[in-house]
Formats: sequence, structure tokens, C-alpha cells
Amino acid sequence: MGLTVTEKILADRVKKNVVKPGEIVEVPVDVAFIHDNNGPIALQQFAKLPQAKVWAPEKVYFVLDHHSPSTTFRAAQHHRNIRDFAKQFGCHIIDVGRGVSHPVLAEEGIPRPGKIIVGTDSHTVGLGAFGCLATGIGSTEMTAVLTTGRIWMRVPETVKVILKGKLSMGVCAKDVALLVLKHFGPSFLNYMTIEFDGPLLQDLSIEERMTITIMGLEMGVKNALMPVDNKLIHKLHTSREKESIYTADPDANYASTIHFDVSGLAPMVATPGLPTNGIQIEGVEGTEIHQATLGSCSGAFYHDLKQAAGILKDRKVNPKVRFIIVPNTSHVISEAAHTGVLQTLLDAGAIISSPSCGTCAGYEVGCLAPGEVCISTTTRNMDGRMGAGGKIYLASALTVAASAVAGYITDPRQYLGGDSFDR
Amino acid sequence: MTDNQCIFSGRVWKFGDNISTDHILPSRFMTQVEPHELAMNCMAGCDPEFSRKVQPGDVLVAGDNIGYGSSREQAPQALKHSGIRVVIAKSFARIFYRNCFNIGISAIVCPAYVQEACEGDLVEVNLTEGVILNKSLSKTYHFTKPPEFMLDYIRLGGLIPYLEKQMNKECKD
Ligand code: SF4
Repeated sequence: MGLTVTEKILADRVKKNVVKPGEIVEVPVDVAFIHDNNGPIALQQFAKLPQAKVWAPEKVYFVLDHHSPSTTFRAAQHHRNIRDFAKQFGCHIIDVGRGVSHPVLAEEGIPRPGKIIVGTDSHTVGLGAFGCLATGIGSTEMTAVLTTGRIWMRVPETVKVILKGKLSMGVCAKDVALLVLKHFGPSFLNYMTIEFDGPLLQDLSIEERMTITIMGLEMGVKNALMPVDNKLIHKLHTSREKESIYTADPDANYASTIHFDVSGLAPMVATPGLPTNGIQIEGVEGTEIHQATLGSCSGAFYHDLKQAAGILKDRKVNPKVRFIIVPNTSHVISEAAHTGVLQTLLDAGAIISSPSCGTCAGYEVGCLAPGEVCISTTTRNMDGRMGAGGKIYLASALTVAASAVAGYITDPRQYLGGDSFDR
Repeated sequence: MTDNQCIFSGRVWKFGDNISTDHILPSRFMTQVEPHELAMNCMAGCDPEFSRKVQPGDVLVAGDNIGYGSSREQAPQALKHSGIRVVIAKSFARIFYRNCFNIGISAIVCPAYVQEACEGDLVEVNLTEGVILNKSLSKTYHFTKPPEFMLDYIRLGGLIPYLEKQMNKECKD
């Protein structure tokens, strides 16, 4: 029986020919990153080990992104402690203003095929769009990684997802993600790997693929993988020879293989409570909103801003709605400024916040009052995520922008057409 | 030989499916790191009265997928600082499961027990034997024991004391 990509990566790192799902292996870590939400406890725990040193400071990145720029006095103190720690041990620091960990690390070319990456963020799995085994861990476990450079893993079962068909106008990567999430639900893939493949991936940019792998976490996956193709090699300014590229054996052992044909897919919306609550847009059209948000590691790439601008060109945000945009990196803002997308968004009445997690979890940006409703490109919509009593619907940038104009949840396709639209 | 560090008994608090880390400790408390602050806001996202009701030694029982969502260790830390030493569920989200053991909380998968457990029941858990006794029903249930190294985390109080022990051993070797 052949091996899946994740099994091959793990087997290589423990110098074995084969590893089997369920087996526990201890592997070396290639990159570790820690953000300001979970950094403070990791530092507290590290301080309990007086003789500890960071195993390889050049492999460690601290990212100040959740409460950024310092949104409270408490956050400012945490940031200061993290900067001091990074300086003391010689680790990298990605300071406030640069953006959210996953897209920033991606822009910096840090995730590489075949590597093992751990981060103190659940959505670390999103970096699997680069063909690496990337997974999230907690603060205490990160302390152990910082001191030993190693981590134990249970070899996961792999589920293969094949995406095929053509996306129609007005339907994008976020809709595909919500479709797959709806299929599997919030826990079906707990402890498993999801390996994506199929012709649709050729039509998606690396950032659009990240939109999908990041959302994969909401089904419980340990890691998510996209294939290493020429588009990715080009993006990384590298060649196939220079990277450790793994492909699954033809007879690899998959727990199951599921095909999704996205032709004819309508825009999707996840109703409040769980990101896996996806339904076709017609089921919620007309729901009144108070806020529309473009944000998060998975929903505020340049392509999201550009799609929103395509809708907002020569239109205005409904006066009853706050349209808040929290780009996920500083490069996204630069590019949007350069191409005129930013001006279009500002002219329409959008509010631009500094790149951070911000509104994604109500981190002192774009919070909801009890009873308020928000439609958002962010990752999660559990009760209270943006403030107690607020309700969150998840959707694509197109659906969010169209709803911001209408003042209620609406199908973006009616606003599309002509030259302004370019998926 | 009985392993008293791995036997727990207490009173049950029962919750449903998909209790996320946002429910256990909402994001608005995420800059808090002190034990008393975390304990004060434990379960604030689904039962704001919980922190006043919970007693040291109580056991948390939940349905499917407890700890869903964010990796925030503040969530199990809040449980720990509220006095919870054991969480029994039908299933666990993976980071939450690891976080529990890493900070010295036993995370136990036992759907049959959860199915029949009621809030307020008395329960006894023997981690090394893999047995749960529902004292209110006088009924026992079996679960798969965690691997030996995870039992050591529980005996020692978590991953940090475990690491410390290993570091000391390396120094002596
Ligand atoms: S943007 Fe949201 S989902 Fe992404 S890392 Fe930040 S808080 Fe987590």
C-alpha cells in the first residue's frame, strides 16, 4: 500500500520507509511561529525553565498581529515582553503593522514544500497551500518546541478532496471553502489530513488556495495540503530541484476520496453559529445587516479587496451599514493603493483599518453590539466571536460588498457584469 | 499498585456539542493571563454563571468536538484554574485535546458515559485503568487509556514539569 503526502513527509523525518495512521512519531520542526494572542502564556511557561534556551532562534518567528497596533495597555505590555524575548534569544520578530501571521509568512517565502511548520494559531494549517505539513499547537506545547525543536504527532488518516468544474461569475474560493465545510461538518475530519487536488486548483491563485486551506481547520483537520505545481514554484521564485516535493503514491491509502464539482455552484453563506452552516445565498437573502467586514487571514487578500472594489465602483456603502476592511498584510494595502482599488473602496465609504486580525474575533476592531448582525469574509461565526449577542454570517468578498451596498444580505451576481468584474 | 495521581472524583457539569474555545474563554478576555482572571471568565461564552458555581475537583462532561476552533490555551487554562482536572467528552478538537494534557488536565473520550451522564452526578475516573464509574448510576464504562508519556504529564502536572525532569536528567547524564 502506498503513502499519502503527509505520511511521506513524516516517514522521511523519522527515517523510516513507512508510517501508518495512528502511529505516534516524534519529528523535528523546521519553522515555529508564535503570535501575540498565545505568546504571553508561552513566555510564562518558558520562564519556568530557568536553564532553557531557544533551540534554533533563526527558525522562530514572533508575529504581533492579533492586538495590533497595541489595542489596549495590556496588549502593549505583552508586545513589549515578546519583543524583549525575541531580542534576548535572537528570534525573528514581525512587528505590528505588517499583518496576520499566515499571509505574512507566505509573502515572506517562509513556508516551503515538505517542511514541518508549527504555529500557535489553529489556522496554521492554511500554510499547507505551500505543500508543507503545517499545524497549530497551544502555548505550552510551543514552549516545548522552543526548547527541544521537536514535537510528537499522531500520523493522521488522509481524506482526498478533488475539486473540479469551473466557477461561474460571482462565485469564488470562499464559496468553494464553505461548500466543502458544509459537506464535512465541524468535527468529521478531526485529527485527519485533507489533501486537495483536481483541475479547479489550476484556476486558483496561491492566495485563493490559502483561503480554502485556512478554512479547512473549521472541519477539525490536523493539516491541509495543496499540490506543489508550477504556479507555486513560480510564486516561490524557485525550481523543483531546489525543493523537497512530495507526491502521493498512486495506491496511497486514503480514508476516503470525495469529488466536488463547482460548476453551477451559487454564492454560499454560513449562517451564525458554525462556519460549517453553509447554505446557498437565496436562503438568507434580505437579512438586514448592521456591519459588513472584509477581514482575516482567509478573507482579506488583495483579491478580496479587488473583488469588493469591483462591486463598489460607482456605488456607495448603504448609510445604515459600517463596511470595515482589515487587509491581512501591509503588502495588500500597498498593492491596493497602487492599483486604485483602495481609492475605489474609500470613495464608496469603506473604513480601512490597519492590517491585523482585528475584526475577525472582535479584537477591539469592528465589534458588534448585542442584536447586531454582520456579514463577513472572516473565518468564524461562533456566538459572541465579535461581541456577545452579535450574529455573524460568513461569505465571500463579493457577497459581503454587495450586501454592504444593499443594507441586507444579497446575491452579488446582480451587481456584476461589464469590465469592472474580474475574479 | 494504585496510582492515586491518576484517580479523580467529582461532580459533573454537562455541556452539549461543539463547545468552542470561544465559548470557554471568549476572545475579549484574551489579553488576560493571570489564573484568577481566567477562572473568573471560564465558560463566559455559554454559561456566565459557571465561574461562580464550579468547585475544585468538578468534572466537565461534553458532547462531540469540545474545544472546537481557536488554539487558545487560555480556554483549558481557565478550566484548570477553576479547579477542573478532568474533561470527558464524546470527542475532542485536536489542539484542545493536546492543550489539556499539556497543562495537566486529563482529556477522556468516552461517548457511552457521556450519553448517560447527568449534571450533578458524582463520577470517579481511573486514568491508568481506563475506567469511569458513574457513582450516581453505579455503572462503569471503559475508555482507551492515553499513552504512557501522557500519563506522566498528568502525574507530574503537565508538559513543563515533564520537560524540566527530562532536562535535569540530561544534565546529570
Ligand atoms: S485573522 Fe482570525 S482566524 Fe486568522 S489568525 Fe487572526 S484571529 Fe485567527
